Amino acid sequence: MNATNLHLFVLVVPLLSALAINLLGRRSRQWIAPMVLGSLAFSVFGSIIIMARVIEHGNLSYTVGNWRPPYGIELVVDPLSALMMVLISVVALLASFSSLKSVEQELPGREHFFFTLYMILIAGLFGLVLTGDAFNLYVLLEITSITTYGLIAMGRGRAALSSFNYIIMGSIGACFYLLGIGYIYILTGTLNMADIARILPTLNAPVATATAIAFALVGLWVKMAFFPLHSWLPNAYSQAPTGAGTMVAPLMTKVTVYLMVRVILSMYTPALVFTHEWIAQGVVWAAAFAIICGSVLALGQKDLRRMLTYIIVAEVGYMVGGIFLANANGLTGSILHIVNDALMTLCLFLVVAAIIYRQGSVSLVSLQGIFRRMPITMAAFTLGAFAMIGVPPTCGFFSKWYLILGGIDGGHWEFVIALVVSSLINAVLFFRIIELGYFGSLQDGDHHGPPSTERHEAPWWMLSPLVLTAVLLIVVGLSTGPLINNVIRLMIPVGF
Amino acid sequence: MTPIVSFWPMAAILVSLLGALPIILSDRQPNLRESWTILIALVKVTIVASLLPWILEGGSYVFTIAQVIPGVPIELRVDALGMIFALVASCLWLFTSIYSIGYMRALDEHAQTRFFASFAVAISATLGIAFAGNLLTLYLFYEVLSLSTYPLVTHKQNAEARSSGRKYLTYILGTSIGLALPAMLITYSVAGTLDFTTGGILAGKASPELLALLVVLFLFGFAKAGLMPFHGWLPAAMVAPTPVSSFLHGVAVVKAGVFAIFRVIFHILGPETLQSANLGSLITYIAAVTILVASLIALTQDSMKRRLAYSTIGQLAYMVLGAGMLSALGMLGGIMHLAMHAFGKITLFFCAGAIYVASKKKNISQMDGLGRRMPITYLAFFLGSLSIIGMPPLGGFISKWNLLLGAVEGDQMVLIVVLLVSSLLNAAYFFPIVYRGFFVPAIDGEEEGIKEAPLFCLIPLSVTALVSLALFFFPDTLLQLARMALGI
Repeated sequence: MNATNLHLFVLVVPLLSALAINLLGRRSRQWIAPMVLGSLAFSVFGSIIIMARVIEHGNLSYTVGNWRPPYGIELVVDPLSALMMVLISVVALLASFSSLKSVEQELPGREHFFFTLYMILIAGLFGLVLTGDAFNLYVLLEITSITTYGLIAMGRGRAALSSFNYIIMGSIGACFYLLGIGYIYILTGTLNMADIARILPTLNAPVATATAIAFALVGLWVKMAFFPLHSWLPNAYSQAPTGAGTMVAPLMTKVTVYLMVRVILSMYTPALVFTHEWIAQGVVWAAAFAIICGSVLALGQKDLRRMLTYIIVAEVGYMVGGIFLANANGLTGSILHIVNDALMTLCLFLVVAAIIYRQGSVSLVSLQGIFRRMPITMAAFTLGAFAMIGVPPTCGFFSKWYLILGGIDGGHWEFVIALVVSSLINAVLFFRIIELGYFGSLQDGDHHGPPSTERHEAPWWMLSPLVLTAVLLIVVGLSTGPLINNVIRLMIPVGF
Repeated sequence: MTPIVSFWPMAAILVSLLGALPIILSDRQPNLRESWTILIALVKVTIVASLLPWILEGGSYVFTIAQVIPGVPIELRVDALGMIFALVASCLWLFTSIYSIGYMRALDEHAQTRFFASFAVAISATLGIAFAGNLLTLYLFYEVLSLSTYPLVTHKQNAEARSSGRKYLTYILGTSIGLALPAMLITYSVAGTLDFTTGGILAGKASPELLALLVVLFLFGFAKAGLMPFHGWLPAAMVAPTPVSSFLHGVAVVKAGVFAIFRVIFHILGPETLQSANLGSLITYIAAVTILVASLIALTQDSMKRRLAYSTIGQLAYMVLGAGMLSALGMLGGIMHLAMHAFGKITLFFCAGAIYVASKKKNISQMDGLGRRMPITYLAFFLGSLSIIGMPPLGGFISKWNLLLGAVEGDQMVLIVVLLVSSLLNAAYFFPIVYRGFFVPAIDGEEEGIKEAPLFCLIPLSVTALVSLALFFFPDTLLQLARMALGI
């Protein structure tokens, strides 16, 4: 291990620990927690060191097996992928504290299976943000998807069916992406992203290029659950084992959005993607529609976790729309929102995990009087809710600021209105729960007997990452300036 | 003069924010907990007062909290206008803290720790609004104030509190996200900055139509100012305990809305820019309608606190009216009324609370003959109402006089009529209360055993009434600050 290949180790250590967990965890579950937390802690430190180095010295690159690009697989770390590495490792580490607890409760005896998949998934996510190769990206996308299918299928009830739906949709998405890459390979004869970005603009093949771009983008949209391609997500995420949800929900869609940013910025080049103005405009309209629909569907849910899954669908609309505004503010907002949304979702899913651990359900009815039973959890929930609504100084406000500003700059008032309306709906959604939790059983037609008012807080394993995440929401919000100046602005292409 | 970089404005905000912590930790020892509250309030007043001399010399303090958006940091900047609001708010918080102790203990209210802690956060946010150096910072603290007062409004945790809380958030949060936030972003998009600058930041950058849109979005977006039709939350919020109504819904929250509108008119849109786009009358007419309608509704209210609430809505619109006149005297009157009304109205609310503590009576029609049992309270009430009506020798006269002069100077007949009629209406809804108290005999036997409220209640309300009186004779500091804020 040395300065140039640290990022490879950040990826490899969770992968190796996955194997070790399967072998050793089978004998004794004592092994699982130290290995999960140890390898992820290593990844966190590694990512932070890499981030500092990239900001100071510029991009890092590593050629696997010393096969030179454009033929070999290249791992590239630029400021954006460094940021994503930090995000993934931090979120995964925080989530795993809680996951260890809930898996112990929900899947006794199968913990080693669960955490094997869990760690492979994390390694796959690291791979996705590191790879500089379009086909390698496909492979890693499938690795993350397949492990997620497995994790979701371990849930109770109809989880297997939901997972099956996800497999079908996910495979269709993967095929689309693969076709897009196939066209690109036919056109350019290379799979290295930097190489493609160099060759593609020199070719005079607008139709073929457009087809390739369209296939790949649609493929990614399915994977990130961009409305109306979202149907798999709510079931899959709400029926997954709680421990899987805390990590998958914050990371999977966000990493896929990152992939979209990556292929647009570093492979297809913004100039080619945004050639046809009406297409970009159409996508922004679709995003506005996605935001509104996701929010409205969330209103109809009677279960906190299902409600959150629809909010995820709406948030995907935020980020896709921001990118297709095709201006600096919109793109900044989208990238910022990847980070912020991951943290907000993590915070809220950690709350879900904590409540489920204590009372087995997060249906809205069961949340009556919850403030008295779990005050610290609910304090964190309130902060997470404020971030989702976009109350300053939580981080959610600042990405929304840039997204709305991008909408104003681009004259996309439908997007601005959608964002504002979605913030208002979020306020309704979350205050409904805060009200339920705060007032207790005042609900009309309440026949469930008085809910217990005794204080019964979640265990420290779940509470400490939760409190930390809630604090992070404000810390990240207040560091928006440095984050944009040191990282995101470097990614905004010239001429935007 | 170049501004001094100083941590003290931040300290003034932090002292009560961090002070919420010892308050929560001393949950089981009420005496210790209340000592914390008083101590924090004293420290806060001291810090704010210590900032005053330099401001009066024409200086200012700045402190940057965080760099978040290019050109728009989260930044505090203490100037004359902010100083007026901060002084009024921190002084009155001290009185309110003392009063709360008397009120909450006399009624043996539940969840007092949550009450005092939320109160501490709310006053921090209020000072943040006063000291905000740009619109983003102001918006930030404005939202914190909205959210921290929710547990106070819903303190009783019964069905009525629940629906009032819902109404409160719908109006306040709905308008700030739905109207003020887009307006702020449009302003930033046009001007590239959100700093409060004398003369505004939009001069020559925005068309009259855009300005008109911004005026409407901002006026209604800061719904804490209670301009109709976004006033409905204020009467609903009267379900809160009286200290909350008196301080937050007589002073801090509602004035935060007016203060935000002042900032926008004076330092974002700019009076001259508005004048040249001929938008002053838009503001004054919206305000004038609110003044008259609110005063008329106040006449019909039998619940004491609701009558006071509608009176507040009307008086807040006076301030907006003054700012909307865009003339020096009018704007001066508006700013002065922010301070004068605060002392007058808090006295009235304190009295309403004292009457409730002493007699458990909420409706004016039940208060016959109470004045003879509670002479000090009723005297204070009388002084407070005189100030609000705008009679000499009370502080309210100075602000209303300036407003009237502003209207005369601007030759705005309609506004002169509105001001005079409204003053009559004010008298019409206040004097019957005093009259009933002193001159209508009580129903036999019913008033036995009613005496003045505890000293913790009585002293603060006497002091604020006397301050209202004193401000008539010594308004110089406030006038000087207001003139400095306007640059005249």
